[in-house]
Amino acid sequence: MTATLPTYDVDTVRADFPILSRQVNGHPLVYLDSAATSQKPRQVLDALRAHYEGCNANVSRSVHTLGTEATEAFEGARAKVAAFIGAARPEEVVFTKNSTEAINLVAHAFSERAIDPRFRLGPGDEIVISEMEHHSNILPWQLLCERTGATLRWFGLTDDGRLDESNLDELVNERTRLVSLVHVSNILGTANDVGPIVARARQVGALVMLDGSQSVPHLPVDVAALGVDFLAFTGHKMCGPTGIGGLWGRYELLQAMPPFLGGGSMIETVTMQRSTYAQPPMKFEAGTPPIAEAVGLGAAVDYLSGIGMDAIHRHEKELAGYALDALASVPDLRVIGPRTAEGRGGTISFALGDIHPHDVGQILDTEGVQVRVGHHCARPVCVRFGVPATTRASFYLYTTTDEVDALVRGLEKVRKVFG
Amino acid sequence: MTKVDDLYQEIILDHYKHPHGRGLREPYLAEAHHVNPTCGDEVTLRVNLADDTITDVSYEGMGCSISQASASVLHEIMVGLPVIEALARHDAFATLMAGRGEVEPDEEVLGDAVAFAGVARYPARVKCALLSWMAFKDALARAAEESIVEGSAS
Repeated sequence: MTATLPTYDVDTVRADFPILSRQVNGHPLVYLDSAATSQKPRQVLDALRAHYEGCNANVSRSVHTLGTEATEAFEGARAKVAAFIGAARPEEVVFTKNSTEAINLVAHAFSERAIDPRFRLGPGDEIVISEMEHHSNILPWQLLCERTGATLRWFGLTDDGRLDESNLDELVNERTRLVSLVHVSNILGTANDVGPIVARARQVGALVMLDGSQSVPHLPVDVAALGVDFLAFTGHKMCGPTGIGGLWGRYELLQAMPPFLGGGSMIETVTMQRSTYAQPPMKFEAGTPPIAEAVGLGAAVDYLSGIGMDAIHRHEKELAGYALDALASVPDLRVIGPRTAEGRGGTISFALGDIHPHDVGQILDTEGVQVRVGHHCARPVCVRFGVPATTRASFYLYTTTDEVDALVRGLEKVRKVFG
Repeated sequence: MTKVDDLYQEIILDHYKHPHGRGLREPYLAEAHHVNPTCGDEVTLRVNLADDTITDVSYEGMGCSISQASASVLHEIMVGLPVIEALARHDAFATLMAGRGEVEPDEEVLGDAVAFAGVARYPARVKCALLSWMAFKDALARAAEESIVEGSAS
C-alpha cells in the first residue's frame, strides 16, 4: 500500500508571513532571496513579542519568577532545536550567534597544545574543506592553519557543480584531522551526499564537521543518521530571528574541547589565579545569550515541524525542477550548478549572457523581484566557473511557481534593456 | 520617467555598450588596481602626465554597466586636464555620488558624468560608480609623485 502524500498548500503557508503581502516598486513582492535570510512567520514574531511582554529576564542567574520562566523558555528552545536535528540530548546544542561563530568555535578548539589528541594540530597535519564552501567555512580554517602550521586542502568541483570525490582516498588520509564540508551549497544549490566522506574520515580517524546553514532550514537533517561530529546552522535562514544560531557536537567531543569565549556563565569556579569551566553547552556560552532570539528560534522550529520538513523539502524540489525548466527557456542563460532537480536544493545561480549580475538584480528589483547578486561569499566558486559574480534565486516553503514566472518575465526585461 | 530609467540613463548605457578609451596603454606614470569586495568588480587604471597635464587615462576592468560606464566617462572628462582641475572635478563627482540624489550636478564641470546623478539615489550602486574614480585618484596621486621625482632628477 502506498501512502498518499498530503497536498502542500502554499497559500496557507504564505498567509503566515506578513511581509509577503507588501508591494515593492509598485509590484507584489517576489522574495527569491531566502538563502540570504528567510522571512519570518507571525508565529515567530508573536513568540518574540510574548517573551518580551510576558517573561523577559536574564537566564540562569536569578531565583525570581521571571528569571525562572525565561530560563525555562531558553532551555526549552534548546530542547526543541536538539530534537529538530536529531541530537541525542539538548546539551549537545550550543547556542551561537550564527553558523560563522559555530565554525569559528570549533576551529579554535584546535591547537598545537590541545590536551585531547583529536584537537591537536600542527605542521604536517591537514584540514580538508571544498571549493564550494561559503567564506565562513574557508576563513576560520585558513586562519587556523596560519596559527598552527597545518595544511589546508580541498575537494575540487566537477563542471556541473558537484563535489569531485575522485581523489577522496588521497585527499582524506592519515594526516587529516578534520573534514569540514558544506551540506548544501549556498551558491550552486548542490546537496552533498556526505556518506562516503564520513566513512573515509572514520577510516583515518578524522573528525567531520558539516555546515548546515542551507540544509537545516530546507530538509530533514538528522545528525545521528549523518554520522558527523559537528553541525553548524543559523536561525535566521530557518524562519527564526537574526543573532541566534547553533553548533551541535557529540557531547564527549564538546567536553574534550577547550572553552571559546571567556566570561560570565561559562565558569564553574573562578579565582584570581585560575578558573574551571562549566560543562557544555554552558562552557561555550559566555555572557548573556540571545534569549528572546533563542525563544524565537524555538518557535521557528515548532512552525517548520508543524508543516513537516519532508513536505517543505518536496515543495522546494518541485520548485527547483519547475524553475530549471523555466530558466532553460531564457536565451543566453547559463545555470551555474546542477541542472537537474536531483541532489540539489532550491537555490539556483545563473549567468545571463554578458550582462553583469548587478544590472540583472537592479532591473528585477524594479519588478518587485528580490534576488541576490554578487559572489555570495563563495568567490572560489565564481573563479572556478569563470564568472565575476552570479545572479541567484533561492526558494523556500512560501515560494510559488507564479514567483518563478515573475523572475523569468523580469529576465526578459533585463535582456531588453541590456541586449 | 520611471525609476529605473533614472538609474540607467541613455548616456550611461551608451558608454557601457561603446566605452571610450578602454584598454591599458603605454606610456604611463602610475597604475592602480581597485576591487569592490562585495561584488568582485575590478578595475586597473593607468594615468600619464606631462607638464602637470593628464595626457592619458587608460583602463581595463570587469563589472556592471554603472562601473564600466563611469570609467568611460572618467576617461572622457579627465584626458587633457591640468591636474588641479582634474582633482576639482573628481571632488565634484564624489560630492554628487555622496548626495543621495540631493545634489544638483553642474554639467559644465561634470559633462556626461551628470547622468550618474540618479545613481546617487541607489546607495548599493554608488560604489560601482566610484570604483574607477577612486582608482584614478589613487593613480593620479602616485603619478604626480613620480613626475616630481622625474622633474627633480632632470
